[in-house]
Amino acid sequence: MRKFKEFIIEKLVLICGLASIFFVVLIFLFLLKEGLAVFKTVGPFKFLFGKSWYPISEPAQLGILPLILGSLLVTVGAAIISIPIGVGCAIYIAEIAPLKIKETLKAGIELLAAIPSVVLGFIGMITLVPLVKTVFHLPTGLTALSGSIMLAFMAMPTIVSIAEDALYSVPKTYKEGALALGATHWQTIWRVMLPAASSGILAAVMLGIGRVIGETMAVMMITGNAAVMPNSILAPVRTLTATIAAEMGEAVVGSEHYFALFAIGIVLFVISFAINVTADLFLHKRQ
Amino acid sequence: MKNPYRTQKIAFFLLFLATLLIVVPVGLIVVIIIQKGLPAINWQFLSDIPRQGMRAGGIFPAIVGTIYLVIGAIIFALPIGLLSAIYLSEYSKDNLLNRLIKLAIVNLAGVPSVVYGLFGLALFVIFFKFGASILSGSLTLGIMILPVIITTSREALESVPYSFREVSLSLGASKWQTIRHIVLPNAIPGILTGTILGLGRAAGETAPILFTVAAFYLPRLPNSIFDQAMALPYHLYVISTQVPNVDEKIRYGTAFVLLALVLFMNLVAIIIRYKFRKKKKW
Repeated sequence: MRKFKEFIIEKLVLICGLASIFFVVLIFLFLLKEGLAVFKTVGPFKFLFGKSWYPISEPAQLGILPLILGSLLVTVGAAIISIPIGVGCAIYIAEIAPLKIKETLKAGIELLAAIPSVVLGFIGMITLVPLVKTVFHLPTGLTALSGSIMLAFMAMPTIVSIAEDALYSVPKTYKEGALALGATHWQTIWRVMLPAASSGILAAVMLGIGRVIGETMAVMMITGNAAVMPNSILAPVRTLTATIAAEMGEAVVGSEHYFALFAIGIVLFVISFAINVTADLFLHKRQ
Repeated sequence: MKNPYRTQKIAFFLLFLATLLIVVPVGLIVVIIIQKGLPAINWQFLSDIPRQGMRAGGIFPAIVGTIYLVIGAIIFALPIGLLSAIYLSEYSKDNLLNRLIKLAIVNLAGVPSVVYGLFGLALFVIFFKFGASILSGSLTLGIMILPVIITTSREALESVPYSFREVSLSLGASKWQTIRHIVLPNAIPGILTGTILGLGRAAGETAPILFTVAAFYLPRLPNSIFDQAMALPYHLYVISTQVPNVDEKIRYGTAFVLLALVLFMNLVAIIIRYKFRKKKKW
């Protein structure tokens, strides 16, 4: 009897252990089920590289290139801002900060990670958007640049905490060896610690970027939502995520528009899958 | 040649500056919201329904909606997440399946929140015909916070020393008895921390509930789990972008309540973790 109970529990635990795999597959299958139907009306090539997104005109034009470029522009901007600051902060926390300040800084970073994106979007609308408008003398502050700055802040907690872990896991002997040879603390960090932690830092950067690409609410609130080909970082753009969030409410279930939004979901899923698997490989290499 | 000590000074200063560039804005954000949001908070704002097209009145239905959603998500995610963590830390061997599960967890954590929304719409709202309801929203949020719960619970379970298990097993306890009576009780603070962090995440997310539960304007409390509901994050989005001429006080007040709710949960999690660390006997 006891053996039987053990057996049942073991199987139950195994089933729950497999739940993560089950859900990832389920998400992908349901995106495919609803999204692939769009390719009956528009070819995959035309869908990905079509230059106009007019989903409710007659006939509907379903090209997501402007949205892809919008996402790309905002993401590149956010990466340029967040990578140096994030990695710099990680080095400071891991190597330089005194013990007491270290704990406070870490709590501050955790705080940033905990702020809901809609609150960040709200704050961005009220502070950042008017600032960008006046500094660059623009008709509107709802631009790709505002989105990039805001998203940089959402990527930083990820970058800082994972890069910091990577720096911590560099064997102490490396550092001691360099210092013993007469290198300054900075030379040790720059020439020894950073190269040794490089694959972990790379993973940190990738996961940060993954967070940026998938971010929805803040982006929708402050990038201006214009689904046109972006020509400047100071113009309104619309990202893949914001398009889904903004338009799904109006799309009729089973319409071309509805299928197209799910197809965008497939694109996003594939991008995030690729980023996460690659980052995981980098993290694994280290161990 | 450059003086290496001067280079070091410059480099450290720049790193310090980078740190300030993150920490100062975070502080500013919190201060702004507290400063402008706190005056808007009174009993009426917290306990009244929204009135005049959300331009007056309170946010009570949104608070209740968020609480329902969070509770629903945790009822779904905690048992599965905990058992999954037990599998990973106690039963699984270091093989391909284990690798695959870990990879799936990483991916589940990385799926964009709006894609969860799409998934919830396709599976719960349309396929299972739950409609836009608290049930659909809770399940969607539950799957979203699963990785947080699994990862933190697993860490908590793995931090229980191996010798505890050996002693229990050598006294004749079965594997499950060991887990149930020895490992789990010692891991509870860690599991609790993870659960609360998951709750905070679920309370703050907007995109997954956009198409699965959120009602634009529903000035009453939900009647059943098949009812639509308002939710704080969506309400903040609506009154700050969709409805013109909303009094700033109401916007800041809503942002304050949402932020306070999420930060409070995080604070509780941090305190539990801290107390546990101090009390740890091994």
